[in-house]
Amino acid sequence: MILASSFLQEQNFLDVLYVIAFALFIQGLRGLSGPTTAVRGNRIAAVGMLIAVIATLLSQFEGNWGLIVLGVALGAAVGVPAARQVKMTAMPQMVALFNGVGGGAVFLISWSEFRLTDGFSGTATYIAVFSLFAAIVGSVSFWGSNIAFGKLQEIIPGRPISFGSAQQIVNLVLLILAVAAGVDIAAGSHSEAIFIGLLVCSALLGNAVVLPIGGADMPVVISLLNAFTGLSAAATGIALNNTALIVAGMIVGASGTILTNLMATAMNRSIPAIVAGGFGGGGAVEGASGAGEHAGTVRSTSAADAAIQLAYANRVVIVPGYGMAVAQAQHAVRELTKELEKRGVEVSYAIHPVAGRMPGHMNVLLAEADVPYDQLKEMDDANPEFQRTDVSLVIGANDVTNPAAKNTPSSPIYGMPILEVGDSHSVIVIKRSMNPGFAGIENELYYDPKTAMLFGDAKSAVSEISAELGQI
Amino acid sequence: MILASTLTTNLAILVLAGFIGFVVISKVPNTLHTPLMSGTNAIHGIVLLGGLLIVGASGNGTFNKIILVIAIAFGTINVVGGFLVTDRMLEMFKSKPKPPKDDTGKDGDGAGGTR
Repeated sequence: MILASSFLQEQNFLDVLYVIAFALFIQGLRGLSGPTTAVRGNRIAAVGMLIAVIATLLSQFEGNWGLIVLGVALGAAVGVPAARQVKMTAMPQMVALFNGVGGGAVFLISWSEFRLTDGFSGTATYIAVFSLFAAIVGSVSFWGSNIAFGKLQEIIPGRPISFGSAQQIVNLVLLILAVAAGVDIAAGSHSEAIFIGLLVCSALLGNAVVLPIGGADMPVVISLLNAFTGLSAAATGIALNNTALIVAGMIVGASGTILTNLMATAMNRSIPAIVAGGFGGGGAVEGASGAGEHAGTVRSTSAADAAIQLAYANRVVIVPGYGMAVAQAQHAVRELTKELEKRGVEVSYAIHPVAGRMPGHMNVLLAEADVPYDQLKEMDDANPEFQRTDVSLVIGANDVTNPAAKNTPSSPIYGMPILEVGDSHSVIVIKRSMNPGFAGIENELYYDPKTAMLFGDAKSAVSEISAELGQI
Repeated sequence: MILASTLTTNLAILVLAGFIGFVVISKVPNTLHTPLMSGTNAIHGIVLLGGLLIVGASGNGTFNKIILVIAIAFGTINVVGGFLVTDRMLEMFKSKPKPPKDDTGKDGDGAGGTR
């Protein structure tokens, strides 16, 4: 073996390559902290990945090249077109899917390791422990992410599906069973049936945890599962004694945890409460009672009236929400903005941190429609400006404008930071119907005397306003 | 003895990497959270290496070969797809000097589009 190994297969040389690889990951992630350096940062991280892969391929003495090429070709054939063609609105489910396959790879690797070593016989106990940890977490992540994908893609109903009050007990039992199977194997059992039992329990757990979670909380869950997959990759790294895997996996684990926390804070939800699930269902009941109190005080308007109102304003703030993205209205909105700017109206966009379906999602969608970066105002910058805004145009946004978050302590969203649209002189809300949003809560803003509702599909409504503007 | 020291070294690396992850990500603005999530998502596709390492070991039976090919394919989807999609998103944040003529995305809004 010593004779066969050339300089390129020297372990020290490979280790250096791995160190270079993870240094590039860290540098790349640092680049992601600003819009100007982000593209480069992502590419630096990709180069790091390429180096890590090359190092691993060099280390293969006997190498099963046919299988490697087959696997990579299959992966590329699926991954490249998916990444190229996915619509920006579908980004959350795409991330969920990519995350899921990562988790899938983790548990499959762990399984093959188990089989290869005849149930971890002759390996150190800690290797078995980390590998089993990876198997459980990877499997939970795989199934959980697939459910999240299914819900966002609307293959599975977005509303919470659960066993009711027994849910927590079911989850706990599944977790205990999976861990018990792991302990049994680590303690010396070589039975593959037990390993498969571990995978099945983890799979059921992944399903049972994510199914009860409502659509609105899904991005937080995806981020959490992203952190899980990272941790399981790090555990695989320890089991295989591979530094690049340890570092990359752990960085993702840590960053995913932070990101999950930031998102949960922005949505005013605690992570345990999200994982416990069932938010959407409970809120809808309260919303229904709220609707009764307010009935009949909504003022609706027409595209022509809205156009006049906008044309004679000095300052207009557009508040986009996921409804705008679903209707693919971002280009129409951009056209409307141009029309207004021609008339000397000052237009900006107020972006709530969780507008869209993920934090930062709305920025991506508007950037896609060529809205200049400096017209996008983050919530903290936008809120003080509403007082001197003539018209706020709310397009497909709901919960993020709901004053109940400030005024109604009993509301499920109480305490969530909102865009204070109600401070502006007048408000136009474009909405398909009076149906409540994701959180299932009635929005008091719509009953405010200075609010006018323009019912209709966001894209056609905005185009109509643009057309009316042309005739003024 | 040797095993134990490998474990402690690896645990040390693990802990340090965790801290680096916390520090680096705390600075990222809200605007970039979506690309960040998909970028870090691509990075954990590195588990692909695990598949590459094990598939080369001797003694893999047919079933093992099948699940390892699937694992490698999954890892590749995660890595390649993740980086590509992040790149696509981030490209949109770049300031555009001229109205773009070479629009790469073909979203179904040709009619009311740019002119």
